[in-house]
Amino acid sequence: MGIKSLDELRKIRENSIKKIDLRNQGNEGDNIEILIGMATCGIASGAREILNTLAEEVSKKNIKNVKIVPVGCIGYCHSEPIIQVNIPGQKPVIYGKVDKDRAIEIFNSHIIKGKAIKKYTLDIDFERAKQL
Amino acid sequence: MTVYRTNILVCGGTGCVSSASLDVYNKFKKLITSAGYDKEVKIIKTGCFGFCEQGPIVKIEPDNVFYVKVNKKDAEEIVNEHIIKGRIVKRLLYKEPNSKRIIEKHQNMPFYKKQFRIALRNCGLINPEDIYEYIAVGGYEALGRVITKMNRDEIVDIIKKSGLRGRGGGGFPTGIKWEITKNNHSDKKYIICNADEGDPGAFMDRSILEGDPHNVLEAMAIGGYTIGADKGLIYIRAEYPLAIERLDIAIKQARELGLLGNNILGTDFNFDIEIKLGAGAFVCGEETALINSAEGKRGEPNYKPPYPAQEGLWGKPTCVNNVETFANIPAIILNGYEWFSSIGTEKSKGTKVFALAGKINNVGLVEVPMGTTFREIIYDIGGGIQGNRKFKAVQTGGPSGGVITEENLDTPIDYDSLSSIGSMMGSGGMIVMDDTTCMVDVAKFYLEFTQDESCGRCTPCRIGTKRMFEILTKITDGKGTKEDLKNLEQLSYMIKDGSLCGLGQTAPNPVLSTMKFFKDEYLQHVVNKVCPTGRCKGLAKYKIDPEKCVGCTACAKVCPVECISGKLKETHVIDQNRCIKCGACFEACRFNAVIKPK
Repeated sequence: MGIKSLDELRKIRENSIKKIDLRNQGNEGDNIEILIGMATCGIASGAREILNTLAEEVSKKNIKNVKIVPVGCIGYCHSEPIIQVNIPGQKPVIYGKVDKDRAIEIFNSHIIKGKAIKKYTLDIDFERAKQL
Repeated sequence: MTVYRTNILVCGGTGCVSSASLDVYNKFKKLITSAGYDKEVKIIKTGCFGFCEQGPIVKIEPDNVFYVKVNKKDAEEIVNEHIIKGRIVKRLLYKEPNSKRIIEKHQNMPFYKKQFRIALRNCGLINPEDIYEYIAVGGYEALGRVITKMNRDEIVDIIKKSGLRGRGGGGFPTGIKWEITKNNHSDKKYIICNADEGDPGAFMDRSILEGDPHNVLEAMAIGGYTIGADKGLIYIRAEYPLAIERLDIAIKQARELGLLGNNILGTDFNFDIEIKLGAGAFVCGEETALINSAEGKRGEPNYKPPYPAQEGLWGKPTCVNNVETFANIPAIILNGYEWFSSIGTEKSKGTKVFALAGKINNVGLVEVPMGTTFREIIYDIGGGIQGNRKFKAVQTGGPSGGVITEENLDTPIDYDSLSSIGSMMGSGGMIVMDDTTCMVDVAKFYLEFTQDESCGRCTPCRIGTKRMFEILTKITDGKGTKEDLKNLEQLSYMIKDGSLCGLGQTAPNPVLSTMKFFKDEYLQHVVNKVCPTGRCKGLAKYKIDPEKCVGCTACAKVCPVECISGKLKETHVIDQNRCIKCGACFEACRFNAVIKPK
C-alpha cells in the first residue's frame, strides 16, 4: 500500500484534509473535536487523566460526534494540561490548567450546551507558518 | 558600556529596505548626532517586524511606540517631537483599517503576533502518531517535489540562499554543510539528526520530536537525497522516551506508506532511518563525540579535521544537523528561500525556538523571528518575572553561554549580537533570574555540570573545570580570597585555549561572564564574606544582638559545638569560625536576641 508517486501523495492529502479542517477555521459538519496536549509537559501535569475523563464523559453521555485527538506541545507549558475545543462554524477555543473538575465542567457547558467557559480560556499569541 | 535612555529601532528587513528604510536610518543617525543626543539615544537596525506592508517601520523603546510609513521628513518630526520633547507623533501611528482607531502601543495591534512558528508550526495542531494528519497539512510534499523535480545543486542553492544556520548552537550555515558533504565522493554517506539535547533547561528538540516527528523525518530524507546518503540516523538520548516512541511510530508509518524505504514515490531514491539511543552525556552533542558514541565507542570528541563531512560515521562522509534545523527545511522548500530570508536579521535568518525557564511567569516554548529583543521575549511573551520581582539576568547558551543583564535587554537576538555581548545562541535555553539569585552560585551550578560532563579526554577540561568548581565552592563557603578570583580568571582562559572540543572551550564562559557583569558580587563574597542574596549558606552568619541579650545562657547550653561564649547575665558572642549554622541558638533564645541570616 505504498505511495507510488507525488500525485498519489497529493490525492491522499486531499482525502486527509477533512481530518484537520476543523483545527484552523472550524468548518461545516457536525463533528466536534477535542485536542489535548500530550507532550511530556502535558502528561507530567496530568493530561492522561484528563484524556480518560473526557473519554469517559463521551461514552457515558453516549455522544457520537466527538473525537479526542492527542497532539504535541503548543509551548504554553505553564498552563498544562491544555485542551482545545473545535466546534464547526466557531473559532477554536483553548483551555489551560484543566483539571478533572474543569474538564467535566467544560464538557458539560461547551460540548453539550455549546457555551464556552471564558474564565478558563487562554489567549494565543502566535502565528503558524503555512506549510502549503 | 554606555546605557542609552532611548532606542530607535529602524526596520532593516527586506521589505522595509525596499521602501527606503535605510535612508530613514541614516537620517536618524545624522539628526541625533547633530542634536548632541548620540550618547543618550541609540539607533538600531533591526530585523523584520513582520509588517512590511506599512514600512518603513520605526519603533521607539522603551516607550514601545510603533510608527509606520516613516519617511526622511517624518524622522525629523519624530526626533524633534518624540525624542526631544517626549510628545508622540500621532499622525504616524498605525490606524486600524476597519475602525480607524489609532494604535499607539505595539502589543495592542491585533494583527501583530510576536511569535511566528516555523519549526513548531505543527506542534499542538496535528496528532503526531497519525501520518495522515501530517500529510494533510502538506507533509511529504516537499520531499516529493525535491526527489521528482529538483537536482541536488538546486536544493543546496535554496538552503544556502535561505540563510538557514545550525540551530544546535554553532550557527554554521546549513547549506554549506550540505554542499561540502555532497561534494565529497564516497560509496556510502550518512545523514545524522542530533537530538542529544543536553543544556539544562532546554527542551525545544524534545517538543518538536514529540509533536511533529514526521517533519524531521521528511527533512532528513531531503537532506539524504541532497548529499547522496541512503541512510539516516537519529541520535537521541534515552531519557526522552516519549519522543523515541513517537519517532518509532512515525518511522513505521512512513515505511508502510513507502515514504521511507526503496524507490520512494516511484523514484530511484532509497532512504531509511534508524534510531540510536544515547546515554545522555552532554559531550555527545558534539558531532565527533556523537559519531563515536553511535559507533559504539566511548563518547569522546576527535580532533578536527577531518570533519565529519570528510570522515564521519564509519569513516564515511556524514552530515550532522540539529532537530530544529531539520524542522525548518520542508517549510523552506515549500515556501521558497525568499520567504525564509525575509524573516530575521541581516545575518541570522528565520526564527529561533527558545525554552523559557527559571523565574519567569510563562514557562514554556516560544518561537520568534531573529532580531526580537530579550525584553520582548521576557516581558511581552514570557509575562515578566515571577512575583513581580526585579529582573537580574538571563542565561542563554546553557553551560556554554553567559549572562545577559538589564542593560542588554533591548539587544535584538541573533547569532552575532549574542556573541558580541559575551554569550551565545546555544541551542535556545533561556534561564531567567531575579534578584534573589546569587550569581556566584549560578556560575558554580554550571561548573558543577560541566566538570561532571567533561568526558575526561583532555587535561585542561578534565582537571581545569574540577579546579574551577573547587574554587567556586570555596568562595561560596566563605573561604575565598582575592587571589582565588585571579586564579579563576586565569584558569578560565587556559581551559578555553587548551581544550579540544566545544565543551571545554566554552565551559568557563558562565564564570567569565558573571565575573564581568557581577564583579561586585564576587568581591562581596571574598572580601566582606557576605552573600548579598543570602543564597550561599556557607556565608550565612548567626549573630547575637548585644542590646537584646540578657545573658540567660540558653543559647550556649544548646550549641552542639560549644562556640557560644559569655558569662551569666553578660552578653554572649558566637565564634564564627566554629559555628556550623545549625540554628539551635535561634530556636532557644526567648528574647529574639539571636539574628538569623536571611
